[in-house]
Amino acid sequence: MASSVAAADTAPITHTDAPEAVVVRFAGDSGDGMQLTGGQFTLSTALAGNDLATFPDFPAEIRAPQGTLFGVSAFQINFGSTDISTAGDAPDVLVAMNPAALKTNVEALKPGGLIIADTGEFTKRNLEKAKYDSNPIEDGSLSKWDLLAFDISALTIEAVKPFGLGNKEALRCKNMWTLGLALWMFDRDRQPIVDWLNSKFAKKPEIAEANIAALNAGHAYGETAEIAGPLRKLHLDPVQQTPGLYRTITGAEAVSLGLVAGAQLAGLQMFFGGYPITPASAILHNLTKMKEFGVTTFQAEDEIAAICSAIGASYAGHLGVTSSSGPGIALKGEAMGLAVMTELPLVIVNSQRGGPSTGLPTKTEQSDLYQAIYGRNGDTPLPVIAARSPSDAFECAIEACRIAVQFMTPVMLLTDGYIGNAAEPWKVPDPNDYDPFPAKFLTEKNGPDDTLLPYKRDGHGVRPWIKPGTPGLMHRIGGIEKAIDTGNLDYAPTTHQAQTDARKAKVDGVANAVPLQDVSLGNTSGKLAVVGWGSTFGPIHQAVRRARAKGMDVSHIHVRHVWPLPRNLGDLLRSYKKILVPEMNTGQFKTVLRDQFLVDAQPLNKVSGQPFAIAEIEAAIAAFFDNIPDNEGGEVEPNRSQLPSVKAENQ
Amino acid sequence: MNEMTTITTTLKDWETDQEVRWCPGCGDYAILKAVQRTLPEIGADPANTVFVSGIGCSSRFPYYVESYGFHTIHGRAPAFATGIKLSNPELDVWLITGDGDGMSIGGNHTMHVIRRNLNCQIMLFNNEIYGLTKGQYSPTSRVGTSSPSTPMGSVDRPALPCAFALGSGARFIARAYDVSKDLSGVLKAAHAHKGAAFIEIFQNCIVYNKDRFDDFTAKANAAGNQLWLTNGEPMLFNKGTQGIALDQESLTLKVVDVIDGDWQSAGVIVHDVTNRSVAHMLVEMPFGPFPMALGVIYDDPRPTYEESVLGQDAKAREGKVADLGKLLAKGQTWTVGE
Ligand code: SF4
Repeated sequence: MASSVAAADTAPITHTDAPEAVVVRFAGDSGDGMQLTGGQFTLSTALAGNDLATFPDFPAEIRAPQGTLFGVSAFQINFGSTDISTAGDAPDVLVAMNPAALKTNVEALKPGGLIIADTGEFTKRNLEKAKYDSNPIEDGSLSKWDLLAFDISALTIEAVKPFGLGNKEALRCKNMWTLGLALWMFDRDRQPIVDWLNSKFAKKPEIAEANIAALNAGHAYGETAEIAGPLRKLHLDPVQQTPGLYRTITGAEAVSLGLVAGAQLAGLQMFFGGYPITPASAILHNLTKMKEFGVTTFQAEDEIAAICSAIGASYAGHLGVTSSSGPGIALKGEAMGLAVMTELPLVIVNSQRGGPSTGLPTKTEQSDLYQAIYGRNGDTPLPVIAARSPSDAFECAIEACRIAVQFMTPVMLLTDGYIGNAAEPWKVPDPNDYDPFPAKFLTEKNGPDDTLLPYKRDGHGVRPWIKPGTPGLMHRIGGIEKAIDTGNLDYAPTTHQAQTDARKAKVDGVANAVPLQDVSLGNTSGKLAVVGWGSTFGPIHQAVRRARAKGMDVSHIHVRHVWPLPRNLGDLLRSYKKILVPEMNTGQFKTVLRDQFLVDAQPLNKVSGQPFAIAEIEAAIAAFFDNIPDNEGGEVEPNRSQLPSVKAENQ
Repeated sequence: MNEMTTITTTLKDWETDQEVRWCPGCGDYAILKAVQRTLPEIGADPANTVFVSGIGCSSRFPYYVESYGFHTIHGRAPAFATGIKLSNPELDVWLITGDGDGMSIGGNHTMHVIRRNLNCQIMLFNNEIYGLTKGQYSPTSRVGTSSPSTPMGSVDRPALPCAFALGSGARFIARAYDVSKDLSGVLKAAHAHKGAAFIEIFQNCIVYNKDRFDDFTAKANAAGNQLWLTNGEPMLFNKGTQGIALDQESLTLKVVDVIDGDWQSAGVIVHDVTNRSVAHMLVEMPFGPFPMALGVIYDDPRPTYEESVLGQDAKAREGKVADLGKLLAKGQTWTVGE
């Protein structure tokens, strides 16, 4: 994975000088509480003032059989005293709670990196489950890494003995023991974790105390144990951040908060219709706890009912919102068409996951872009916005609400499994910094001679929003093609032409109401532009930063408004010699850019269910500049799979 | 149903300027008129009334009623209605659906809107055929229905809409037919019921399933084959000469002769709209050996979905201030100094 990373980046932690950034991966059985451990370690990292990014990676099975390879749950965190925007490529430290966790994760570890393993779990039975023929801790197969193996299980049982827990319950404290050791390693304060444990187990104080004892024991182990070799204490200085109040936030939290903020800025009550689906359910759960902001949530009988209820709510004057992931979005397609036809505001959140079909429910992908832009019957345009990071999802959710309300249109907001679950520090915004966009409802007839024209468009092609219950404005709407202004059923050829054009013009016009495309890093022209959208922001940004540091003329452009595209984007792209589009799909945005601007966008694709590594993008940039004197820049190797086959050409 | 200000309207006030596009002679016309006649009688306010429909011949209905109307997509009207009612429970919502729309593509939503007990009137026009798509058999078509998609006759057994509704937990079940003079009374009872009121209306599709219900709707057959139910009244038909009684041995219904009006000694059951067990038997009563049960079969209200949901919402909001700044800064925070 990281084989092509430049030497400086693969260097293991040097034990004498603190590095700028460290990547730690906690891996264990899904029952070992690794996500919890990771979450608390994240919090302590944030409190220590380090910048960070995380990547939770868990199995699709709720309770996979213990000790199996497919039951491994991992949590990776990248933190440091410098600007961090990805969860890191290769870990410096791997905590492996059992053989399966070691097996599935060790290959990603940097050469010379540190393995911390719980020997108590390396039993014959567990080794067999992990398909090890011999014990890797003893057979020398881990020699390219530093290995620190000791019986965490036994040490934990010893530490929690005074609390009289059963063996099983005592072993549950293993993750806290490990966290304690990690806190010692990175010079962290234990108190916030102690506070958290006390409040989490407020009703079971003996469990809280046992966990705290395990945490302390792990910490003390680092402090006192006479371990020759790899274990060293490291202190990473806080990063220089803009002053202000901070918290950590995941994408799912950010979307939920952004939707609430958006509805508030529009002066509307929010109705959320959802149906359980991984990884989108978290938004439903979050919003259910925000009722005081005028939020009503509805768990519908299926994805279709979820969107239809949301459209019904918008029709009745609320801001209708629905959310899902690819398969559910597919089911909602027909209803989106109705929302486009009836021109009602609606926000549709798609937390993308690996597809097609059920695909990879817990893994990340960006392969629903075509579905978002084109995936409905008829000419059915709607604006699409893509969030680049957890915190950006907050801004994007507000933007989606604004466009939906101002343009009377459904808007799709794309996030993905990575953004949804990953956490990063977030400077808490001040709601007063956002311009309100109050929704307007028609209250009086708007046509000549005391008539009502429900489909009379304003200068932006937008029809009025008319709530049922408004006296005197009774009218009928539906999915059948409708006459100009009156909205009466009308199948006439000229009507369909005119209304199709009007719907398209309205959505195209959204481009005039969104910011011009900027350049995230680099210059507004040059040899190579790396163009991304969505959650590839972090790895692209870091890769471009490193390449620029080596003197390459490369810039990073990251597109939030993927439909309609910003109106300066075509000219901007044409000011570079070459365009490289890294995506976690087989080249969807590349095709959109080629289609819209006739530019020679080249794809860089990855669909492994894992985010891009910085090194992968860096390698692609390097290939472009390779062996060119003075970094003049060369050709980007075309991706054969993206070109028409010879056979097709001959036909 | 809704506590709304009663306003005065006439049938004319509920007519739109739209040309009605059903086939001449379609049963839908009679249902439309019955609704337009009933709405003034119940004091409905056009501004506060919403007709929501799916797709099919019946679902064109909203275009012809001068109120708010939403002609949605195939089978999904109940979901739209749910969003509408949860957003504005004051609106008086009528769902218009058909046997294809409500029992086939939208069967799932029909079940859930009934189960949840959303306060609305659900009018299912049952013509036992797909009209708009030109005559294919439907989920309520009788076995052997020959149609473009079943030239040798359909083989699957029909669904019983009222039994389906009851099985889904309905608290109000009624039956009527398009040209029946009692349709209006049924609609009024449905409207008076607080909660999901399910009404199956047999409707004559004169083009694709002509006179399908003649067995009990034709003048000559009416008396002997229609059992009109009235709460507190004995279940009599055929001009009072026959009635429905309970066979004490098999615990099933049976038809009994009533001599000289002495229904008591014939054991005829007195209709109790709150008796769920009898309701089950009435909606399953096989036509032929038995008459067709019509009128209000079951009516026993329970709290509505929207009052429960919005009640929870209100409780959750109690004593809380919607402070967005505070919400954003929730959880563990830290401050980075200048
Ligand atoms: S096809 Fe049948 S149901 Fe449809 S309008 Fe014609 S008669 Fe009525």
